[in-house]
Amino acid sequence: MSVDFTTFPATLDALHLLLAVLASVFVILFFVRGKAKPSIPEPVASPAPAAAAEPAPVAPPPAPVLKEATPDAALQLLALLQQEARFVDFVNEDLAGHSDADIGAVARVVHDGAKKTIQEYFSMSPIRTEEEESRVTVQDGFNAAEIRLTGNVVGQAPFSGTLVHRGWKVTSVKLPKLADGHDTSIVAAAEVEL
Amino acid sequence: MNDRISPQYAVGIDLGTTNCVVSYVDLTAPEEEQVREVLPLLQLTTPGFAEELAQLPSFLYLPHESELTDEDKQLPWQHDSNRLTGQLARQLGSKTPLRLVASAKSWLCHGGVDPRQPNLPLNSPDEVEKVSPYEATVAYLQHLIDSWRYKHPDQALVGQDVTITVPASFDPAARELTAEAARSLGFQHLTLLEEPQAAVYNWLEYAGDDWREEVSVGDIILVVDIGGGTTDLSLIAVAEEDGNLVLNRIAVGDHILLGGDNMDLALAYVVRNKLAQEGKKLQPWQIQAIVHGCRDAKEQLLIDSDVQAVPIVVPSRGSKLIGGTISTELTRDEVAATLVEGFFPKAGIDQHPQQQARTALTQMGLPYAQDAAVSRHLAAFLCRQSAAANEVLGLEESEFIKPTAVLFNGGVLKAPNLENRVLEIINQWLADAAAEPAKKLAGADLDLAVAKGASYYGFVRQGKGVRIRGGIASAYYVGIESAMPAVPGMEPPLEALCVAPFGMEEGTEADVPSREFGLVVGEPVKFRFYGSTVRREDAAGTHLDYWDEDELEELPEIQVVLPVEDRNPGDVVPVRLAARVTEVGTLCLEAIPRDSSARWQVEFDVRTK
Repeated sequence: MSVDFTTFPATLDALHLLLAVLASVFVILFFVRGKAKPSIPEPVASPAPAAAAEPAPVAPPPAPVLKEATPDAALQLLALLQQEARFVDFVNEDLAGHSDADIGAVARVVHDGAKKTIQEYFSMSPIRTEEEESRVTVQDGFNAAEIRLTGNVVGQAPFSGTLVHRGWKVTSVKLPKLADGHDTSIVAAAEVEL
Repeated sequence: MNDRISPQYAVGIDLGTTNCVVSYVDLTAPEEEQVREVLPLLQLTTPGFAEELAQLPSFLYLPHESELTDEDKQLPWQHDSNRLTGQLARQLGSKTPLRLVASAKSWLCHGGVDPRQPNLPLNSPDEVEKVSPYEATVAYLQHLIDSWRYKHPDQALVGQDVTITVPASFDPAARELTAEAARSLGFQHLTLLEEPQAAVYNWLEYAGDDWREEVSVGDIILVVDIGGGTTDLSLIAVAEEDGNLVLNRIAVGDHILLGGDNMDLALAYVVRNKLAQEGKKLQPWQIQAIVHGCRDAKEQLLIDSDVQAVPIVVPSRGSKLIGGTISTELTRDEVAATLVEGFFPKAGIDQHPQQQARTALTQMGLPYAQDAAVSRHLAAFLCRQSAAANEVLGLEESEFIKPTAVLFNGGVLKAPNLENRVLEIINQWLADAAAEPAKKLAGADLDLAVAKGASYYGFVRQGKGVRIRGGIASAYYVGIESAMPAVPGMEPPLEALCVAPFGMEEGTEADVPSREFGLVVGEPVKFRFYGSTVRREDAAGTHLDYWDEDELEELPEIQVVLPVEDRNPGDVVPVRLAARVTEVGTLCLEAIPRDSSARWQVEFDVRTK
């Protein structure tokens, strides 16, 4: 019987895949912070806040505030990744001393599971659809959050340059709802078989 | 809710053996804007996490009192937090099977078990609370009601025009139990529909007006529905009436407990044996994980013909992943040998499954099909129903009925390889009999088709679109001991009296004039009860003193009790029997005493333990 992923190049591929997944996971963690849904809402329309209309503002604009990301959504995603992809287990492993074949086998678990999780809860699309390493033009009025200019950044738009990375944009997030009082810090419960 | 308010939605509920799906259509919207939607079913997926999924796994888990915190099992409604349904139930049950109720639906029509008797989970310790198959059905329906309320707080599900699908092969008792479970929750406008018919309705809706071009008068559509746990077969004839095409459901198959789950299990055993040859012994939890892995691998291998092998990896249970993980692969050849050849072997039309010994009274587990070959079950069905279309289409006698079109349904048949294999087998039979090959009708959404078709049926019942006719798919008989001198060691020969003829339609009634029975007042009187899917000529009152063994199938006994009231206990009162098919779609047998016009219900679900 031949287990083809134990061969050297295939293992490297698996590891690369894994690295890509880990990278995207961190990107997503970054995106979803602050989108926590702390409890399951009751099926009633939430009453619209009766905001009293303020008179026209006269004070200078307040200083920018950095908001604290709520940990719930991040913890929840960790739990989901642990469940499907054994993510927390894997990053806590010491890879030294294990053969590439053994690591490759686990990489499949992590990759398959992470892929499933990401596809299930996020829809994402590349920001630029052109081929990477091709020449692209960035028009005037582009969204600086979506497109990062690097290198010889001088002059005025339109800019012409090489597309290094297409970027990813999450178009929708649909995380599981959390039961009120659920302890999200438990990313994986200890399991005792009786 | 007020009864006079006409329902806003037509709702289809696929109450499946392994998954439930709800689809609905807004009847008050203009016709061209009526879209059939699938209700998102909110359910716990892991402790404390709730998600909206299209399917509710039909599993019920009875957690230990200290197994989960109260917070971790709450949903926006709270009925009985000691009973979990859906994804979480299945997940917890995979590690603790003794608290898991699965396949409750198959137990509803199990000959040897009283479906109201709390007996599930089977063989679990006394300490674990038991529920009956009937209660489990109620629990799944309750979850659907709650999910609906979560989405439509102003319109109760029970007030809508609801169609619940049942296997075509469900016996009258199982149908009645399903209807009763729904009624006990307050459903007001309820209809039962056979699952293969629902699949056809889905096809009709999907094909739109073009369906008349896809089939023509004289066509016979074979519906092959292979779900997670069961295989259901039906035949539908296309006839003409007043210049219009009409659809007639002319035959249904036996209840075959054979489905996708068997296939995943079969593959898991292949993988297990392969690992065993490498000297790796697997523990039960690892086999579970392999079954899971095989399910995904199977789909990849069957759908994508470029993939030659899919790795199956079982991670260790502990937090140390590397080293403890077992990996192997499932190859295209193994899937072909196990699934295609194992479940869909090329069989001749005369090769039928081994006749099962009917051991219904001693059997405690579910009567799973002993022959895994779907093709042999299919051959048996087509031969058995050889005469089914003769009356409707005016055909001649032949060895087997020749379908001209095939509609596939059920998750298993999402794999084009399996679909093509079934079609190939059928077409081989047809070619051998010098008949034209059957064509495949394009279905859609095989997982959701039944629920969607059922919601479309609500629309059809308003007089729009085409309605499939058929009535009951079986003739029913009561057994009577013939009056003859007793012979030692010989059971008195049994005669069968037809009480409900084949094809009786909803809302009609049949009297059984020829025979009166003496009922003892105040005492339950039992009758043996039979069904036949092949004797389609017998009228109510037909007496049979001889029949072929495979013509009549014995069903659980039926029972009637004449209440004492103004009679004397122990008196014998002559009664005649009458059968009625209710608007809901259930069969109702009644006893009518000669001296009054009162009617007494005959109970179907009297099953001996």
